[in-house]
Amino acid sequence: MTALLSILVLVFILVAIWQMVKIFDLTQSGKLAGNNQVANDTDNKINGYLMLGFLIFIYVITIICFVQYGDLPLMSNSAAEHGPGLDNLMIISMIVIFFVQTVTQYLLHYFAYKYRGEKGKKAVFFADNNKLEAIWTIIPVIVLAGLIIQGLFTWNNIMNVSLENDPLVIELYAQQFSWKARYGGADNTLGKANVRLIDIDRANVLGLDEADPYAKDDIITTELHLPVGRPVLFKMRSQDVLHSAYMPHFRAQMNCVPGMITQFGFTPTVTTEEMRETPEMIDKVQNINKIRVKKSKALVAKGEDALERYEFDYLLLCNKICGKSHYNMQMKIVVETQKEYDAWIKEQKLFKNSLTNN
Amino acid sequence: MSAHVDTHDAHDDHGHHHKETFVTKYIFSQDHKMIAKQYLITGTIMGVIGVIMSLMMRMQIAWPEEPNVIFKALLGKWAPDGVMDADIYLALVTIHGTIMVFFVLTAGLSGTFSNLLIPLQIGARDMASGFLNMISYWLFFLSSVLMVCSFFVEAGPAAAGWTVYPPLSALPMAQGGSGAGMTLWLVSMAVFIASSLLGSLNYVVTVINLRTKGMSMTRLPLTIWAFFVTAIIGIISFPVLLSAALLLIMDRSFGTSFFLSDIFIQGEVLHYQGGSPVLFEHLFWFLGHPEVYIVLLPALGITSEIIATNSRKPIFGYRAMVASILAIAFLSTIVWGHHMFISGMNPFLGSVFTFTTLLIAIPSAVKAFNYITTLWKGNLQMNPAMLFSIGLVSTFITGGLTGIILGDSALDINVHDTYFVVAHFHLVMGISALYGMFAGIYHWFPKMFGRMLNKNLGYIHFWVTAVCAYGVFFPMHFIGMAGLPRRYYTNSNFPLFDDLANANVVISVFALVGGAFQIVFLYNLFSSIFYGKKTTQNPWRSNTMEWTAPVEHMHGNWPGEIPHVHRWAYDYSKPGHDEDFVSQITPLKEGEEELQH
Repeated sequence: MTALLSILVLVFILVAIWQMVKIFDLTQSGKLAGNNQVANDTDNKINGYLMLGFLIFIYVITIICFVQYGDLPLMSNSAAEHGPGLDNLMIISMIVIFFVQTVTQYLLHYFAYKYRGEKGKKAVFFADNNKLEAIWTIIPVIVLAGLIIQGLFTWNNIMNVSLENDPLVIELYAQQFSWKARYGGADNTLGKANVRLIDIDRANVLGLDEADPYAKDDIITTELHLPVGRPVLFKMRSQDVLHSAYMPHFRAQMNCVPGMITQFGFTPTVTTEEMRETPEMIDKVQNINKIRVKKSKALVAKGEDALERYEFDYLLLCNKICGKSHYNMQMKIVVETQKEYDAWIKEQKLFKNSLTNN
Repeated sequence: MSAHVDTHDAHDDHGHHHKETFVTKYIFSQDHKMIAKQYLITGTIMGVIGVIMSLMMRMQIAWPEEPNVIFKALLGKWAPDGVMDADIYLALVTIHGTIMVFFVLTAGLSGTFSNLLIPLQIGARDMASGFLNMISYWLFFLSSVLMVCSFFVEAGPAAAGWTVYPPLSALPMAQGGSGAGMTLWLVSMAVFIASSLLGSLNYVVTVINLRTKGMSMTRLPLTIWAFFVTAIIGIISFPVLLSAALLLIMDRSFGTSFFLSDIFIQGEVLHYQGGSPVLFEHLFWFLGHPEVYIVLLPALGITSEIIATNSRKPIFGYRAMVASILAIAFLSTIVWGHHMFISGMNPFLGSVFTFTTLLIAIPSAVKAFNYITTLWKGNLQMNPAMLFSIGLVSTFITGGLTGIILGDSALDINVHDTYFVVAHFHLVMGISALYGMFAGIYHWFPKMFGRMLNKNLGYIHFWVTAVCAYGVFFPMHFIGMAGLPRRYYTNSNFPLFDDLANANVVISVFALVGGAFQIVFLYNLFSSIFYGKKTTQNPWRSNTMEWTAPVEHMHGNWPGEIPHVHRWAYDYSKPGHDEDFVSQITPLKEGEEELQH
């Protein structure tokens, strides 16, 4: 692959140089009087047509992208309660954008083609028109007002976490380069913690206050399990540098900032099992596995291990540059029924039992 | 308010500068035209470095962890056996961003064209202070050298992203690049800011005080308006970045806790307490967002001038164009928070910044529509500069529109820090500003060097670049919407993203082809300086004053008295005139009315 790439680059450079030299020669031998480096009618004509061609290129690449990659975007398969509202807003914005994009690019490139210069032609002296300008000031104002209002409602809806519905409180704890989750235990209340209290010898890796009674029944895990349908309130902490907890399927993201606690809340609505069985996900996973099988063949040929078969899981990714292994800082998320969740949490060690050297 | 510079000055100038040596003419020059050339050449070299870095990143993303001869040759110990190291990938991300934003598109663009055009287009003998102008360039040169030097320190250059958020940038144990590399980055930026401020002050003072007789503010070409307002934004916002850099230096070297608190790293608790990284984000983006417009406005100014000239039509809605420059400048200083929706700041602030951010779409839309209307019923001269200007309007629209999504706090949650953002800002500020710079170079090359650039090479350069720019950044929106985070050294640890690998290969191929074809431009630029066809005095038949100055450069710009200005810059194809352009220095005919603007 590398060799191919290098050859490719080399070939392009050579072609470029060859083109340059050839054209340079041609222009040097031109017999035109005056300044022949200024566009003439032929240049205007050729470039005018190319402008039209470029417009078609923009449309074609738009269509190709939608056909090829249009089903990749995480739209319409959200797994959180606020997801559909947010996705709707996204779709509305996209429709507005693509409408404006199509029309303005058309006007720009079509005018560039239509009014390409010709010797002897004179342009229209048209310097100002208040009415026109008022129109294209007011229309964006109205459209944006609508988008802003809907955006703000959606935003407030997402960010105002209500404590009335008894959300499950979970701490997301970030460090270079891994995630941990801390559950409040039976009392659903997180014990006090500070990185100054970290005691590696006693396996108090999150710096919990051992004197705090709320901390005793806390549960620290390396996998995030969420019961479906119950609101979750995440409290985020970081012990070293900035990280960002990004859960794309839940339309959730919040930075983890050392020295402060940030928060984000949502309600998961689709279990991992259910998500795996949606037609879109079956297609996507099949496609990914096809790609992996192909890749594996190449790997095996080189004497390396084949790739594992991919099965869908929700993920928590780090999405704020945090150092060398930023690209591999992830945690599996499992959304399951309340019953499965209860069974899982029962198996986890309580904080007070996880300490060593007592 | 027009200042009158009498001819006495000119004689003085002639007297003084006869004894020019090589050093005073080419190196420590105080002549704005020479300084403009110095900025252009330095900016171009930095641009080449920045682009090569981006191409290496694209190769890594498309063919992750594969040995590559280019890596081996260029990265040395950072690519053992030709496989790129994860640390150096982040360093490339960081230095590519820093170089392109500050060294190419701020200094290279503003430095070149503000210096060249401000005195020539307003009818001044030189900048208000030639000496400060010279210092400004040499500080820029020094900061460029420092920045490039950081590649040669033991632990590598800064690698915390061009935003250098602490604590990552503050703690040497968090990352190799946060040692000496980061110190060099901060010092380089501090010097750069000093350079930028000296330049900006000079531009503002010159525009206010040294306009020739008749050159009222409402007769200024839009280029000058753009440079003038850009300089003001720079003066307002760059000092804030300087303060952030100084505080970060304090935290790093003197044990203060402005941005740091409660940190446990590599088995030990650090003493820092009470600071907040979010404070740094505020300070950084108070510059960082206006910086986008510092980069973009000069490009838009250049485009306005070139589109009007080559359409042989007045720019449509001159007053609205000036008003939208002012509106963008004002709004740019109150929208920085849209980079921080999910930083942990109060969500209410997010609402406020959403509101102000989306307001910027209004003056931007006005500008785009006015450009399009300027083309309407024109007589378009498809010079390479014109092509790049039309290209700018195209990428400005495509890239700008997705700002509606990113500026909306709710939608930002899911695309923040993904490739969607990368696509957005590369199109709207990177490519657009670069097109502005190319357009400016093609248009004013004759003014700078007295020779013409080869137009056919210009056409090849434009069309390949235009196709590749879309080929790179358009599909990138989609992989961003699929949730792929940026700044990942490889995506191979996420099978979830395996179906995006193909798209990444396509993008990288476009990037490599586009990058390779910049050689055409470099060849054209450097060979035309020496062998280009000699230009006539006003090759584009333009109205603005710089084309009334002689082709051969001279101190003081005009022999004898500086011409007076009698009309605005956009009397193209005005009825009642034989030619389709009327220079600003042509007096009004009897009975002719000046358009009141």
